[in-house]
Amino acid sequence: MTTEFETHDHDVLIIGAGGAGLRAALGALAQGAKVGVVCKSLLGKAHTVMAEGGIAAAMANVDSADDWRTHFRDTMRGGKMLNNWRMAQIHAQEAPERVRELEQWGALFDRTEDGQILQRAFGGHTFRRLCHVGDRTGLEMIRTLQDRGVQLGIDVYMECTITRLLKDGDHVAGAFGYWREQGRFIVFRAKSIVMATGGIGKAWKITSNSWEYTGDGMALAYAAGAELMDMEFVQFHPTGMVWPPGVQGILVTEAVRGEGGVLRNKLGERFMEKYDPKKMELSTRDVVARAIYTEVREGRGTEHGGAYLDISQKPADYVKKKLPSMYHQFKELADVDITKGPMEVGPTCHYMMGGIRVDAETAKSSVAGLFAAGEAAAGLHGANRLGGNSLSDLLVFGRRAGLAAAEHAGKISNTPIDSGQIEDSAREMLAPFERKNGESPYTIHRDLQETMQNLVGIFRNKEDLIRALEELEKLKERAGRLSVEGSRLFNPGWHLAQDLKAMLTVSAAVTHSALAREESRGAHSRIDHPGLDATWGTKNNMIVREGSAMTLRQSAVPELPADLKQLVAEEK
Amino acid sequence: MAEAVFEVFRGDRKGGQPATYRVPIAPGMVVLDALHHIQAHQAPDLAVRWNCKAGKCGSCSAEVNGRPRLTCKTRMDALPLDKPVTVQPMKAFPVIKDLVTDVSWNYRVNKKIPPFEPSPGTEWKMYQEDVDRVQEFRKCIECFLCQNVCHVLREHEEMEHFGGPRFFVRVAALEMHPMDSRSRTRMLKEDLGIGLCNITKCCTEVCPEEIHITDNAIIPLKERVVDEFYDPVLMLVRKIRGVKQGSD
Repeated sequence: MTTEFETHDHDVLIIGAGGAGLRAALGALAQGAKVGVVCKSLLGKAHTVMAEGGIAAAMANVDSADDWRTHFRDTMRGGKMLNNWRMAQIHAQEAPERVRELEQWGALFDRTEDGQILQRAFGGHTFRRLCHVGDRTGLEMIRTLQDRGVQLGIDVYMECTITRLLKDGDHVAGAFGYWREQGRFIVFRAKSIVMATGGIGKAWKITSNSWEYTGDGMALAYAAGAELMDMEFVQFHPTGMVWPPGVQGILVTEAVRGEGGVLRNKLGERFMEKYDPKKMELSTRDVVARAIYTEVREGRGTEHGGAYLDISQKPADYVKKKLPSMYHQFKELADVDITKGPMEVGPTCHYMMGGIRVDAETAKSSVAGLFAAGEAAAGLHGANRLGGNSLSDLLVFGRRAGLAAAEHAGKISNTPIDSGQIEDSAREMLAPFERKNGESPYTIHRDLQETMQNLVGIFRNKEDLIRALEELEKLKERAGRLSVEGSRLFNPGWHLAQDLKAMLTVSAAVTHSALAREESRGAHSRIDHPGLDATWGTKNNMIVREGSAMTLRQSAVPELPADLKQLVAEEK
Repeated sequence: MAEAVFEVFRGDRKGGQPATYRVPIAPGMVVLDALHHIQAHQAPDLAVRWNCKAGKCGSCSAEVNGRPRLTCKTRMDALPLDKPVTVQPMKAFPVIKDLVTDVSWNYRVNKKIPPFEPSPGTEWKMYQEDVDRVQEFRKCIECFLCQNVCHVLREHEEMEHFGGPRFFVRVAALEMHPMDSRSRTRMLKEDLGIGLCNITKCCTEVCPEEIHITDNAIIPLKERVVDEFYDPVLMLVRKIRGVKQGSD
């Protein structure tokens, strides 16, 4: 077989065009690199547009006592000390400058009375810290970065999907993919590659994530030999919509609680008093999600199996001004006027703390030439992410990944591409068309979502996790026999067949890691091991490929320097 | 369980026709859910663009019963089910396949617009009342429904000479940004052809973000163009002083 494909050359190839990918592109461009950005959807539609509440940055515009130290401490405590401390420190120190930069590129944040960027309260943050634009902060961020990138001349390959990383020995050499529109193949030659592909939520049934969130970046990096870290830590956002069924899982921003929203069960009890009397509704997401889940399980849930979230005590005009998209979302999709009565909410799979293991300073992975930033990377958030720390993560580490990738590219000459790898990739892509009368990828995806939802959810135990691994094996086997109907022209079934492979890989990594960690920490709750375990508190789980086998080992959590250790221990 | 009959356009650049599907209806279901159901059970290769399914990304635009809509926000219980629900791709753009259209022209127009440029030495202080108006424009999710219904594009196909409502909104956001120092009136007149808009407000009616496109963006921009290029007093002043019209 001789595969037909087009070839493009870049110093730095960025996979993913959300906040991290676009900020990485700007970082690499600033170094004079020739940059290409590949994205599965149209430019500007990446998952970042769905981010609502804000960007966490200790600018101290509203609470003057805030500084990077407090932000660092909040992040480490929120992550149950499993975070990479150096990432948490860099993040807290650099976030304010990254926000100011966005403003200088044209972003328009909500303002304080004295004309500065307004900041709001959020779960786990000691001070009012989230820079925001109503409840559409992510849209503002992605448009600003997108406009800047277009202005500076990045090459964007829209509706283009990477299915394999190509290697030259131990070094990445490029990527193989296909154009959605016509189904034609495309090969990129690149000296550095940045993974900015986001998360994995589409492996669960109830999720706030879009179709793109299938873990491809993590699976591609894993296949190329990179280490995946902290894969057991999947964040269930406490407040997704629960009714009607068509909207189940759609995000209800934490800003509702940040602006004063109150949670109650069907008896009218403000139940967070039992779970975190100090922080109440603004406790960390892991705590609030478990609280709602527990209330429902113990029979105190709402009619449709959730909790009530009420902001109607605030003036209607204020709610419409500060939470406009929530107001419209409930009015249009659920016939609920949130200025007059409560919303029904419940946990929804939202964010992946784990991902590709990276170096704190440079975002480089364990494979030469491969970098990762944003949700695809691990380390900053530890066992649980604080709201608002994702958008700041994208900016801080997107930029660092772009700079380091460009610097790396400057040091090496172009890497040759092995035609055997290209032929292999093409054969693998076309196989589902050649098998006839196989199962539909949609059926397998539905069963995968059921498995992960029921067996690898908010509360886990050994039996469920072992069963999940068995189910995943069967699903993998079924996926190897599926077939695809129709032509190569814009074919979603064919696309799902590719995405399924990635989802199965990351689902297995999550389940193996969850089974190994015999304790409950942050977003990982084991019913059979309910407490924190000091030994596990010093270890990160690592997943790495050996031949075709997925292997797991532990690595020591980097120890904090004395001054930072003291900082974290201090009572505020 | 209640059922709806759908007639969904199936085809590509060469042509096509509606295909009929029957879909069970659940409470609160939207048209995009029905399209997903069709993909999962009847037509796995049915091409549909979508991302967030929450009205935030503007990917799933189509024409439902002839009305341009985001399919993720079009509820089944708002549609009459005694006759088939028709779903067609946006008419103003070339079909790629089924409900997916080629919207790349929009990205090319966008590239022509001079970017944000603050004055050197700007002190970054802005007040809420100064940014309210621009924040309205920045709500745009680029669903391109306004472009789809604009007569200048949909009926007259003036893609070469006209930017369309989406890009008037974008230019308005830049022109009215409190810190921006550029003028884009010449390009509004010459490259984006704002004069071709005859303010029928079709764009405003379909905007899912409820941006007052005509009143708040297009009309004030038209006024700027008129002031700059057609104001007789200013024209006289310029003639005397020898200032070039519409200089940036």
